[in-house]
Amino acid sequence: MMNLKGLSINPKIWGPILSLVAIIVIMGIIDPGFVRIEFKDGRFYGSLIDVLVRATPTAIIALGMAVVIGTRGIDLSVGSVVAICGAVAAMLITETDLSFASVMVLSLAAGGVIGMLNGIMVSYIGIQPIIATLILMVSGRGIAQLITGGRSVSFDSVAMDIIGSGMFLAIPVRIWIAAGLLLLTILVMRKTAIGLFIESVGANARASRYVGIEARLFKMFAYVFSGICAALAGVILIADVGIAEINRLGLWLELDAILAVVLAGGSLNGGRIYLGLTIIGALIIQTLTTIIFSSGVPVEYNLIVKASIILAVLLVQSPTTQAAIKDLNMKRKGVRT
Amino acid sequence: MKSVVGKPVIKAALGLAAATLMSVSAMAELTVGFVQTGSESGWRTAFTNATKAEAEARGYDFKFADAQGKQENQIKAIRSFIVQGVDGIVLAPLVTTGWDKVLKEADRAGIPVVLVDRGLDSDPSLYVTSVGSDFTMEGAMIGAWMAVETEGTCDIVELQGAVGADAAIKRQAGFANVIENFPGMQIIASQTGSWSSTGGKEVMESFLKSIGGENICAVWAHNDNMAIGAAQAIKEAGLQPSEDILIASVDAITDIFKTMADGETNVTLELSPYQGAAAFDALEAHLAGEDVPKRITVPGGLFYPETAAEEYARRK
Repeated sequence: MMNLKGLSINPKIWGPILSLVAIIVIMGIIDPGFVRIEFKDGRFYGSLIDVLVRATPTAIIALGMAVVIGTRGIDLSVGSVVAICGAVAAMLITETDLSFASVMVLSLAAGGVIGMLNGIMVSYIGIQPIIATLILMVSGRGIAQLITGGRSVSFDSVAMDIIGSGMFLAIPVRIWIAAGLLLLTILVMRKTAIGLFIESVGANARASRYVGIEARLFKMFAYVFSGICAALAGVILIADVGIAEINRLGLWLELDAILAVVLAGGSLNGGRIYLGLTIIGALIIQTLTTIIFSSGVPVEYNLIVKASIILAVLLVQSPTTQAAIKDLNMKRKGVRT
Repeated sequence: MKSVVGKPVIKAALGLAAATLMSVSAMAELTVGFVQTGSESGWRTAFTNATKAEAEARGYDFKFADAQGKQENQIKAIRSFIVQGVDGIVLAPLVTTGWDKVLKEADRAGIPVVLVDRGLDSDPSLYVTSVGSDFTMEGAMIGAWMAVETEGTCDIVELQGAVGADAAIKRQAGFANVIENFPGMQIIASQTGSWSSTGGKEVMESFLKSIGGENICAVWAHNDNMAIGAAQAIKEAGLQPSEDILIASVDAITDIFKTMADGETNVTLELSPYQGAAAFDALEAHLAGEDVPKRITVPGGLFYPETAAEEYARRK
C-alpha cells in the first residue's frame, strides 16, 4: 500500500479540486454572470462570494467531522449540536448581560461538553460511534427546544451582526473565521504529533495502543473538537439573520458534512484526514446548491440534480475509475514505445 | 371519612352530576368543552384566549382542556367531556388520524363535535363541521394585495415553503390563481427557502445575482421567516426592501412586526385566532336543528407597517 501511495497521491489530491473547478467553469460558460465578481459598497459581490459565505458553516462542521472520521468514527449529532449551541447563544444574548466574549466561550464550551459526552460513549464505554451519536442526533433538537421554550429567539447584537454579515478588509468576517480555524487545525494536525496519533488510532487502534498511544483519549479529543466546530457553526448560522430558529437550525447538516469529507477522498474506515480538501468538498456542495437556486430548476428537482452531480464527482474520483484511466494511459504509452 | 366512600359511590355521584348538568343545560345555558392542542406558540395562546372570551360573552358554561401537544390527552379530554355530558365539543385536532373511535363514542352519546383550525381524516358524518383558515385563500389574499399595490404589473419572485408541504402547495396555488388574471404579473423565479429565514436569505441572494435586483418588483414568501431573510439579503445588496422591492408574507409571527416597523416588509397575513365564534355559531345552529356546511372558512386579516410597531409591542 505504501508503495502505491506515491503514485496515487496526485489524482487523489487533484480530483476534488478539478471537480470544483470544472463545475464552476461549466456554469461560467452557461451563465457568465455566475462567475462575475464586482466590488461595490466596500465589499466583493457575486455568486462565487455567496458560495464562500454560505459554505462556511458546513465547512467548519466538516473539519470536525474529518478529524472524527480519521479516528474511524462518525459524528451524526453535529446538526443537533448546532441547534443546541445556537439556542444557548441566543438565550445568553437575550436573557443575560454577559459580554459577547463570554457568550462565545460558553456556547463553544457547550459544544465541547456535548462532544465529550459523545467521545466518552464511543471510546471509554465502547458504544459504536454511529449509535452513540445517533442518540444526540435524535434527542438534541428536543434539548434545544427546551432551552428556548420551543420558540424562535430573535436578538439584536452588533457583534453577532458582524459575525453574520460583517466585512474585514472587504472579505466577510465568517470567511476569516473559517480560514483561521482551518489554519489552526492544519497546524495542530500536521505540525504536532497529535495529527499523526489520531490518524494512527483510526488506521489501527490496537497497534497504536501497543506502541504506547493513549488511543481512547485521542478518540475522545476528536469528538470534543467536532462538538466545538458544530457550536461555532451554530453561532454563525444564528448570526446570519439574527434569529435562532430552533426547529430548522442545522437540520441535515451532518449529512452535508459527511459528504464533504467523502468528496475530499476521506475513507469512512479512518486513518486519513484531508483538511484542505474537506473545505473543497464543502465548497463543491455549496456551489451546487447556489447553482440550483440561481438556475431556475423547479424545486422538485433540487435534490435530484444535486445528487446526480455529486454521484458523477464521486464516480470520477473512485479508485476503479482512476485505475481505468491509468490503464488507458499505460496502454497509450505502450503503443507509442 | 373518605375511606368510607367507596368507588361505586363516586361513580354514582359522577353519574348524578352528569345527569343534573344535562338537564340544566337543556333548559338554559350551553355547556361546551374545548379541546385545545396545547400552548406551543403565541398564536395558539391568542386562539385559546379569544375562544374563552367568546364563550364567556355568550354565557356558556365553558370547559377547557389543554392537551399539551399529545393526541392521547385530547382523546382523554373528549371522553371526560362525554362523561360530563356537555352539549357540544370543540376540537382542535393535533393530527389527522386516529379519531374514529372517540368520535363514534361522542356520536353515540349524542354530543356534536365541531373541528377548528385543522381538519381530520374521519367519516365527515362523525363531526358537524370543520372551521378553519384556508391556505389557498391566504395565497389568494396576498396575490390580491399585490395586484392592487402594483396596479397589476409586477415581476415576482416566490420563496416557497418546504417542498411538498400542504401549506406551501396551497399558498402557491391560491396566489397563482389570482395573479393569472393580470397579464402584467408573473412569477419570474420560484425556489424553496425551506420555511427558514436563513434559507430565505440564501435563495434571495442568488435571485438578486441571477435576475438582478432592478428586475424584481416583489417578493412573495410563503412564511414570515423567509421574508425576514429576504429583506436582509436585499439590504445587503444595497437596495431598500419594501421600497425598491416589495415583500409580502403570511403568518404574522412576532418578529415580522419588528421587521415591518423598521420599514423592511410591506404586509403579512394572520391566520385568524377568532375561529371560536364561527365554531360556536355552527354548534348552536346544529343544536337548533339547522343544516351546517361541512367546511367553514374564517378569513385572516392583513397587517400593514402603519400598525406594526404597536402590534410588536402588544405581542412581545
